[in-house]
Amino acid sequence: MTPRLIRLTVNGRAYTRSVEPRTTLVDFLRDDLDLTGTHVGCEHGVCGACTVLLDGQPVRSCLLFAIQLDGAVVTTVEGLADGERLHPIQEAFREHHGLQCGFCTPGLLLTAKAFLEEHPAPSDGEIREAIAGNLCRCTGYHFIVDAIRAAAGGVRR
Amino acid sequence: MKPAPFEYVDPRTVDEALDHLHRHGEEAKVLAGGQSLAPMLNFRLARPAVLVDINRVAGLDGVTETNGALRVGTLVRQRHLERAIDGRFPLLAAGLKLIGHTAIRVRGTVGGSIAHADPAAELPALLACCDGVILTRGRRGERSIAAAEFFVGPLMTALAPDELVVETRWPLPAPGTGWGLHEVARRHGDFALVGAAALVALSDGQVRSARVAVFGCGATPTRAAAAEATLEGRVPTVALIDDAARAAASKLDPHADLHASAEYRRRVARTLMTRALSDAISRASGSAR
Ligand SMILES: Cc1cc2nc3c(=O)[nH]c(=O)nc-3n(C[C@H](O)[C@H](O)[C@H](O)COP(=O)(O)OP(=O)(O)OC[C@H]3O[C@@H](n4cnc5c(N)ncnc54)[C@H](O)[C@@H]3O)c2cc1C
Ligand code: FES
Ligand code: FES
Repeated sequence: MTPRLIRLTVNGRAYTRSVEPRTTLVDFLRDDLDLTGTHVGCEHGVCGACTVLLDGQPVRSCLLFAIQLDGAVVTTVEGLADGERLHPIQEAFREHHGLQCGFCTPGLLLTAKAFLEEHPAPSDGEIREAIAGNLCRCTGYHFIVDAIRAAAGGVRR
Repeated sequence: MKPAPFEYVDPRTVDEALDHLHRHGEEAKVLAGGQSLAPMLNFRLARPAVLVDINRVAGLDGVTETNGALRVGTLVRQRHLERAIDGRFPLLAAGLKLIGHTAIRVRGTVGGSIAHADPAAELPALLACCDGVILTRGRRGERSIAAAEFFVGPLMTALAPDELVVETRWPLPAPGTGWGLHEVARRHGDFALVGAAALVALSDGQVRSARVAVFGCGATPTRAAAAEATLEGRVPTVALIDDAARAAASKLDPHADLHASAEYRRRVARTLMTRALSDAISRASGSAR
């Protein structure tokens, strides 16, 4: 129905786009901005694949409408690496085999980033609770926990 | 799936929001955190013609303390309240942490959880447990509704379609009050299959007041009046706590679904009431010393 013009910042870059009210943030990122790193799985908040940062905090992009985000600052997985240099959390996932198919990975990376900013030295229990809202069908989670633990201590083994 | 088309308005004041609700009646739906509504839109379980987004309405996001109660604006995010409580209401802090995951609580609002009235949700049960109050506004004015009257069925409340929840009031437990909260869920962050909360105050080794609420066990959060009556004025022994939980469990009207039978829910409710009461009593006696 009636589209509206929104301005927002994604990964440091300003965008102005016209959006239909029912366009979710995840579809907007993928289809309108061609940022297909953010994955969409369940579309009801359960799987965590679509997690992005909104003003620095993790949110489900399938449960927000782009039209709500005029003036917002969003970070997606594309905003993590510095050119060719992976973000330390990405590096830790690579090093510790924290991914297989990679479907869950963008959501996990952003969830982990927000978590580690508040818990610089987490216990394994805290790590497991922090990622309880991100479903992974491949890894069995152990290597993901290893990766986040390693990222917390700087990238070491 | 994707939502059916809808019009979108984002009013800046409560009055403007109420005008939209009045104009569109049953066709309109309020959008707060969207953590319950957006899934229903995505699955087309809800197909409102107009979404009234209240996220930009001014003045609904404050947390203040007056007359011994926390006054929480309806738009206060669950994640924000978790931090703002600051030791003043440990039962509420513990309950907030059980709602979904961080990313859900970052958006999900306190008032949205109350207005949504999921029978398995933590906040409605905790508001009932502390004898809290819901403040609403409609075009005809303000109402103040006790939690006990507000929740009338699964996802059903005393709110009129053209009314807004504007605030919830949470009476702070008196100093020395002990608390307990237990729930059973498949995984951390899932909705509870069953849960129980308790607030107990002691004086001279006897129970001065006991308040118990059960959730995920019937159509609405339920105060366990039988447990409260069994305990009040008595010395809280293990046997008495057990009697109290058994008496209350027999009065529950649990529902059955895919996840659990009614009988299972009743048995788990009894166990969880026992645990919540035991914790509350030991915390109350710990702080009495
Ligand atoms: C993966 C996942 C896990 C979850 N787990 C839990 C859990 O364990 N426990 C739990 O309690 N909840 C859980 N939730 C739900 C979450 O707490 C929601 O935040 C809450 O139920 C609704 O709040 P909201 O602000 O998101 O409201 P919305 O989704 O925006 O709205 C919900 C309903 O309330 C109405 N409404 C909202 N605000 C007002 C208002 N001010 N006045 C009138 N009507 C209003 C809306 O019209 C709508 O009908 C979970 C959600 C997800 C996605
Ligand atoms: S796609 Fe958003 S949580 Fe699954
Ligand atoms: S790596 Fe395949 S879902 Fe997690």
